[in-house]
Amino acid sequence: MYMRNCLLFVALAIASGTVHAQGFGTPATAEDIEQVFLTVMPDGENLPEGAGNAEEGKVAYEVHCVACHGAEGEGTLANKLVGGRGTLDSDAPVKTLGSYWPAATTVFNYVRRSMPYTAPMSLTNDEYYAITAYLLNKNDIIAADAVIDRESLPKVVMPNADGFINAYPDIPGEYDYVE
Amino acid sequence: MNHHGIPDIDPDQHELVIHGMVDRPLKFSVAQLENYQTETRAHFLECSGNSGRLWAPEPTPATLDITHGLLSGSEWTGVPVATLLDEAGVQKGASWIIAEGGDSGSMSRSVPLDAVMRDSMIALYQNGERLRPGQGYPIRLLNPGQEGNTNVKWVRSIRVTDRPAMTRFETSTYTDLMPDGKALQFSLDMEVKSVITRPSNANALPQPGIYEVTGIAWSGEGKIVRVEVSADGGKTWAEAALQEPVQSKMLTRFRIPWEWSGGPAVLQSRAIDETGRVQPTREALIAARGAKGRYHFNGIHSWGISEDGSVAHVYA
Repeated sequence: MYMRNCLLFVALAIASGTVHAQGFGTPATAEDIEQVFLTVMPDGENLPEGAGNAEEGKVAYEVHCVACHGAEGEGTLANKLVGGRGTLDSDAPVKTLGSYWPAATTVFNYVRRSMPYTAPMSLTNDEYYAITAYLLNKNDIIAADAVIDRESLPKVVMPNADGFINAYPDIPGEYDYVE
Repeated sequence: MNHHGIPDIDPDQHELVIHGMVDRPLKFSVAQLENYQTETRAHFLECSGNSGRLWAPEPTPATLDITHGLLSGSEWTGVPVATLLDEAGVQKGASWIIAEGGDSGSMSRSVPLDAVMRDSMIALYQNGERLRPGQGYPIRLLNPGQEGNTNVKWVRSIRVTDRPAMTRFETSTYTDLMPDGKALQFSLDMEVKSVITRPSNANALPQPGIYEVTGIAWSGEGKIVRVEVSADGGKTWAEAALQEPVQSKMLTRFRIPWEWSGGPAVLQSRAIDETGRVQPTREALIAARGAKGRYHFNGIHSWGISEDGSVAHVYA
């Protein structure tokens, strides 16, 4: 900063500019933040308004998702979305959102911000909640008539919620660094 | 490499917003970021899936560009993230940031705050020129030594938090499934690793004689301090010379002369970094972590030399 301040000080002498001692950021408003921050936290922080159930989600899925993920979420061009429960400790693990993902909020968060692949964020939040409900129901995690919204989604307990070990900064326990 | 294509971003409109557990939420235009004192450092970038096929039960006929090609080394110039976070005023209790990019899928990763404060930067330049679009123009996050995916391109938001967000790419994708069905998460540091780039399976040895064995070594946890080379599959080792400059979290070239008598041989390299970590054998790695993790393979790599001078990837 010293050199920069010197240069600005010269500018001040010549053109009556402003000396910046504290940096160059400007205050960010709530609207500024909303425009760039989509991430939903596992406890539901930053989930938008809206709601949907599996029946509505099936309709949206069959329009927007089926081409890449298959009629039953079996995966064709893109990832398998359904099944795999009980396979993680086998020699042929099947990692799906139902068998592997630890937080239900991740489903809504990722589908909303990244899907449909050719037009992310193009559906309504109701549709994104409904597709989330459909995928959770297809994986036998929620009932067919369950309504998914900003209140209910964080309360959904995923089958593999306890399946992850935080390895930062050191790989813990029995996975100690390999010599 | 990217997950959601390369966005067309107007640099005059792009902003970085820093918010969350800070005293003063701030936004920065690219022009404002250009006003800061920059740092220039050389660092490698490696996808955690680099060398992933070496987990497979059989050796591969693929050449190094396939097995080790998700790796690069560059000179990066940018603004330390710590400078910007200090300006915003990080609040007590904060322990993570969540970085989000301006690509179509708005790539998002949680990164531990201590690592970010240590040496992360908002990169503006790569190798002396402005970032190219595929590298995150106009700005990207650079987390030296961490798996490539955390180095969020086209970064537009940094939220300071007290917990990770469990985004898709830090749960579904870049986690390491262990034999017991549990998975390591946030295994972010790329551990000490090396590979011999010559000889390799791209070229045969024409006749017995003296050859220079050379390759690269790197560690996401600091400088390489020693590289050893074996011509007998790891029974005996000799210390290779390191080419200066040896830089932290950067590719380091090593070299050693070797006289090939014309018989079968197995060439290996083993790197040691300044933390004392030693590149493990593939067997030790698999014994500890299983072989279905897909990511973070840093085991010793072996080239088998046949009597006819042909070179092939082998497990030894």
